[in-house]
Amino acid sequence: MADQKQSALAGHLRENGMLLALVAIVVLFSILVSAQGKPMFLQAPNITNIFLQNGHVIILALGMLLIIVAGHIDLSVGSAAAFTGAVAAWLTVDLELPVPVVIVLTLIVGGLIGAAQGYWVAFWRIPSFIVTLAGMMVLRGATLLLLGGQNIGPFPKSFQAMSSGFIPDLTGMEKPHGLTLIITALAIGVITWIGLRARRRDIEFGMTPEPAGLFWGRTAIIAAAVGFVGFQLASFRGLPNVLIVLTVLTVIYAFFTENTVQGRRIYAVGGNEKAAKLSGIRTERLVFFCFVNMGVLAALAGMMVTARLNSATPKAGTGFELDAIAAVFIGGAAMAGGSGKIIGVVIGALIMGVMNMGMSILGVGIDYQQMIKGLVLLAAVIFDVYNKNK
Amino acid sequence: MATLLEMREITKVFPGVKALDRVSLTVEAGEIHAICGENGAGKSTLMKVLSGVYPHGSFDGEITYDGTPLHNRGIRDSEAKGIIIIHQELALIPLLSIAENLFMGNEVATNGVISWPLAMQKTGELLRRVGLNEPPSAVVGKLGVGKQQLIEIAKALSKNVRLLILDEPTAALQEADADRLLDLMLELKAQGVTQIIISHKLNEISRVADRITVIRDGAAVSTLTKAEISEDRIIRDMVGRDMAHRYPERTPNPGDVLFEVEGWSCMHPEQAGRQMIKGVSLNVRKGEIVGIAGLMGTGRTELAMSIFGRSYGKGHAGSVRMNGQPVDVSTVSKAIAAGISYVTEDRKALGLILEEPILKNISLANLAGIASRSILNKRREAQVAEGYRKQLAIRTPGVQQKVVNLSGGNQQKVVLSKWLFTEPQLLILDEPTRGIDVGAKFEIYTIMKELAEQGRGILMISSEMPELLGMCDRIYVMNEGRIVGELTRDEASQEKIMALIVKDVGRAA
Repeated sequence: MADQKQSALAGHLRENGMLLALVAIVVLFSILVSAQGKPMFLQAPNITNIFLQNGHVIILALGMLLIIVAGHIDLSVGSAAAFTGAVAAWLTVDLELPVPVVIVLTLIVGGLIGAAQGYWVAFWRIPSFIVTLAGMMVLRGATLLLLGGQNIGPFPKSFQAMSSGFIPDLTGMEKPHGLTLIITALAIGVITWIGLRARRRDIEFGMTPEPAGLFWGRTAIIAAAVGFVGFQLASFRGLPNVLIVLTVLTVIYAFFTENTVQGRRIYAVGGNEKAAKLSGIRTERLVFFCFVNMGVLAALAGMMVTARLNSATPKAGTGFELDAIAAVFIGGAAMAGGSGKIIGVVIGALIMGVMNMGMSILGVGIDYQQMIKGLVLLAAVIFDVYNKNK
Repeated sequence: MATLLEMREITKVFPGVKALDRVSLTVEAGEIHAICGENGAGKSTLMKVLSGVYPHGSFDGEITYDGTPLHNRGIRDSEAKGIIIIHQELALIPLLSIAENLFMGNEVATNGVISWPLAMQKTGELLRRVGLNEPPSAVVGKLGVGKQQLIEIAKALSKNVRLLILDEPTAALQEADADRLLDLMLELKAQGVTQIIISHKLNEISRVADRITVIRDGAAVSTLTKAEISEDRIIRDMVGRDMAHRYPERTPNPGDVLFEVEGWSCMHPEQAGRQMIKGVSLNVRKGEIVGIAGLMGTGRTELAMSIFGRSYGKGHAGSVRMNGQPVDVSTVSKAIAAGISYVTEDRKALGLILEEPILKNISLANLAGIASRSILNKRREAQVAEGYRKQLAIRTPGVQQKVVNLSGGNQQKVVLSKWLFTEPQLLILDEPTRGIDVGAKFEIYTIMKELAEQGRGILMISSEMPELLGMCDRIYVMNEGRIVGELTRDEASQEKIMALIVKDVGRAA
């Protein structure tokens, strides 16, 4: 009994620890920034920028989590994002196709890229590290080829809106942004309701629930954070489109991984492929699906980055794969596969994003930034291993 | 003859199990000494004690070797004294050459630099000694198992072996290869190499061995000289024990034929042309518990897994019927849909996701049963798991507990729950009580009895003969991929099962 209590607490510790780390980092930067006499760290333009500048990492990390949970890795997503960005630019600027058509076509191209790699990984059992390393090189070359070494741009306003647009204020209040406030209030309500429901279920299933104080404390912190961010954004230009896309995708993927048959099976494949197979699960098809899904998300990320920069460039997407992989591991996934949560991954990506922005505002050089981010990744994983061995 | 080795009163205890109980063994210099016993009798443990896998101090008793006490700290110590063991699973590295394998860990080198010409020359000499006609540079993985076995012996010779231990050396060999190996053993004996051979195959033993020690339940039962060796005597010594466990009372009440396999065959997945299952036909009635007896490696697990969604082998042939109707068992999900479940012998590697909680393991093979339109109902999942926890008395604080934290018996109950949740008509249980304690065994037997009373058919594979005799209404005896006999509950005895196996081995060889 004591054992179980401990493991239940350890599970909560992991999720709460992540959130706490994010809050601590935000607070730390707020103090450091104001100590330098600069404007407030958590002002609306900065908050907006965290999502604009890191949206692609979160999107890639969602797909990467599935891949890593299934026991694989995808190194090609940066090149895939660059290539699909170039495809989108070519379709929009050179062929002058309408934006919705471009979006659909580009997502299909992304899916095909994922399928081409997933085929070898899933059905031929070629190690994913090798297949996607090859894909990384091939797609980078293909990007250069397609762009002819040039940048392609600029894009029509409707394409740019994908990354830099804001939702319209249907209430007509404008200052503050009425719809943003309404959505924020709704979000706080939904988060609290979901938390309460999960807690009720834990108790019903005879699982040791986390202490009530911890639960309400955490819920209050989340509510306050969401409220603060929402209010800040409302007083600026409202919710960025990117944030809506990210939230919707996060909810969909969290639901998919935790509440659907196929999502559960992906964890089984990563947890013990042979046992999954002997339980009637077609493991190859699931792995293939994970790669197709990753390709589609890479295309979405590629378009968002291209839209933000307002041009497709041969060097786009360099290092994205490592950012995404880092976010997944900071978020608590296991290298061996079979574990990891969507919410952890999103928090992991946000931690990286907040650190990027905070250090840039503080004027920390790119040299130290890289070193600090590397150490944070290492520390997060050591924390996990330590907890597990304890 | 002088005594080379004397092991006195060796006792080795693992947590919860006494693997060896005051076993004594004397080996004379220059003899070939055979050790016989059932699976799990303690033969391999005894050899691991001798070779230093279990170092001095981790067991009780004394070993005298060549007149002095033997205190091994590890395998290297025993090897330095010329005691070399060749395990059943060969320890060669398939991608390296013969020469590289021969001197692995014992390289022909000065100051860490290997002299390849010298190594090649020495390899050539050793290969001639064991009669293997292959170049020293040949890649080991491309040679057959028989030749690999010879390389292992050559490797032992390179270490100046004085006592060579062979653990079931012919188990994986074709007849001709096995013959050649036995000839080589006799040659080595003529050259003065003392040998211990562990084997089930009585015809081999009577051909090469000077004396036999029979081990049963962790104790040495008898040591026979060549003149005393007879099949009947060895079989009696191997199996002659009281029923160690109790079994629940059953009144068998078999119904109609539920499950029929006819002419089932399949090939080894990698070794082309090696047929593993050879035209097996069997059937199970409703409410009947049917056993498959046989030694390890005779194809029982392969048979079960090849039927269950072709999970083993390739080139399958034969037909499967449920309730008289032909069924498609070409994939695991089709086999499950046909009402067949297979509970694996290796629950940790093949049956469970250890890091996941009990409830997720139970639902895994039938996620549709807790989902509507592909969306999981976690409340239902927990209720299902809770139901099985009570029904099978899985001892755990809660169904959220990770299965890695459970005891072997409780893990087995989780695997059983998982398969019961698929609503099977036929359960194939592969070594259902392996690695679990006596009390939990009785509980598993009771569950089996209840399942049979519900009208389900049970096909039980087991290496423990008392268990088969205690539980089964009928027993098939399997050897080398074939059914070599069928015994009813009244006919069956350990002696008869052993005799069927041993005589079949004799016939094949």
